[in-house]
Amino acid sequence: MWEHLQIELYKVFKRPRTYLSFAAITALIGVIQLGLWVDGKEYAEFVMADFASSFSVDGKILNGYFICYVILQLLLVHVPLLIALIAADMISGEANMGTLRLLMTKPQSRTSIVLAKFLASSIYTVLLLIWIAIMGLFLSMLIFGTDDLFLMKSSYVVIVKESDVFWRYAGAFCFAALAMITVAALGFLLSFFAENSIGPIVATMSVIIVSTILSTMNIPLFNLIKPYLFTTHMITWKEFFDFKVNDANEAIIGSIQNPQKIVQSATILVIHIVLFVGTAIALFRKKDILS
Amino acid sequence: MQQIVKVSGLTKQFGSFTAVDQLSFSVEQGDVYGFLGQNGAGKSTTIRMLLTLITPTAGDIELFGLPLQLHRKEILQQVGAVIEKPDVYKYLSAYENLKLFAKLSGINPSRALLMNQLEQVGLAERAHDIVKTFSQGMKQRLGIGIALVHNPQLIVLDEPTNGLDPQGIADIRNLILFLSREQKKTVIVSSHLLNEIEQIATRILIIDKGKKLVEGAASTLINAEQAILEMEVANKDSANRVIASSEWSNDLLPERDGKLLVKIKRSDIPAFNRMLSSNGVDIYSLASRNNLEDYFLQVTAGKQYVGTFTN
Repeated sequence: MWEHLQIELYKVFKRPRTYLSFAAITALIGVIQLGLWVDGKEYAEFVMADFASSFSVDGKILNGYFICYVILQLLLVHVPLLIALIAADMISGEANMGTLRLLMTKPQSRTSIVLAKFLASSIYTVLLLIWIAIMGLFLSMLIFGTDDLFLMKSSYVVIVKESDVFWRYAGAFCFAALAMITVAALGFLLSFFAENSIGPIVATMSVIIVSTILSTMNIPLFNLIKPYLFTTHMITWKEFFDFKVNDANEAIIGSIQNPQKIVQSATILVIHIVLFVGTAIALFRKKDILS
Repeated sequence: MQQIVKVSGLTKQFGSFTAVDQLSFSVEQGDVYGFLGQNGAGKSTTIRMLLTLITPTAGDIELFGLPLQLHRKEILQQVGAVIEKPDVYKYLSAYENLKLFAKLSGINPSRALLMNQLEQVGLAERAHDIVKTFSQGMKQRLGIGIALVHNPQLIVLDEPTNGLDPQGIADIRNLILFLSREQKKTVIVSSHLLNEIEQIATRILIIDKGKKLVEGAASTLINAEQAILEMEVANKDSANRVIASSEWSNDLLPERDGKLLVKIKRSDIPAFNRMLSSNGVDIYSLASRNNLEDYFLQVTAGKQYVGTFTN
């Protein structure tokens, strides 16, 4: 199993396509950072427009932590496409190349083949998230410096102390990785139904778009299924930036306002992963390799 | 001689279509087992069932005396295969592909072993070039190298000469003979090139519409003393009447490509020729054939019988 995983990782990272995602992330984050570096002051004024009359801000709003939050909000919507590019190609791509039949004649169990491939796409996903963290968080901290994190919510403002921010990002990135692994698992499952990678990639994105729309629309019928859609829980990483306050309405350092929600969302995402991968294993064990 | 492959009542249905129908055959150690059939006869489906790519609807497969489904992993460690096209990872080099599949086959090969294997299939000089730049023939040779790298006892080759030039075909033929005669490997080979099978096979199985037509020793099927006489004559009706009234009346076969066919002993051909001439039949051409291709066409035209030939 371990050796098979190494082989799968070797194949993933030998493909030029793999590095497209890293290049795309670098370019996107670079563009955002450049834009905020050049016109950040105007952007901050725009964001603060509603609060300008009631707040006097002492410090640097446009710091590395704030930039990373902006990047995560913008980017995590698009990262699933980059994940699908690899995960949805894991089986369909091999079927398309014709290597699946050669692979299946080797003395490896089908379950082990599926798990190795899924773990490889999960590792790729985690590495992509780490790259986003390096580019979005660490590089932004280097370029823009650090200060308290100032977040504008719909009806309130959250100010996270500088000393209390970093671990929240660690938690948010871990949660985002779990959410993206769910996307990888979906793409991976869909890759069993096609013999070219375009179909599963498009299907993965379609499922995410439709589910996101259902998760967002406030219609009673959809509200019934919302709690069960994985897209509803993909944005729970933001919960890491809401904290508890004491009686004096002061932030309790190191607290999370609603940790149960994070646990619940994580559990639902894990259930989706198990369901997607379990179905993939069950299908693959019975699949006739005709390609 | 140890039985390497034993197939009993093998059946595969895709919906209402029966691709393989109650097929039974066996392959013994050291055999070069020629697997023949027209397109769609069920050869590839059978081979894929032998390699666990397709699950049979019914029937049993034993390899090395073990039930395939129960001992898949240990059996496949002793099997090497090339199935139809030799598709490998195009973005990897020949060396990397070979190493990767060797590991998947359960061995940890040294560089020397891998280079030796590439040398054997004539790819040592291109070992580190990516496969994307290879010709079809080179890919085919790499596929064969991959099939052999873990020193399997049973080698399954489905159309191994696809895309090869005449020299490549001859190389593969010699390699199969070497594997069989020198290394005592068992080889199952399917090919459309019947003359190639004829030169290497010790036993032959012919199937049609998923059913066995003939299985037997190649030396028995291709009887050197028996020939198929192919005649082009001025008047076929007249020639047919003459033959029907001769001692060869029962040996007349269905026409093929407008030519008359007679199954005849080679030693009788001069007398048969004299008989036709003396009865006024004008002969434009007379060709004696006894090769596998003729035999194959003969049995696949009749189709509905099962014959077993033994040594």
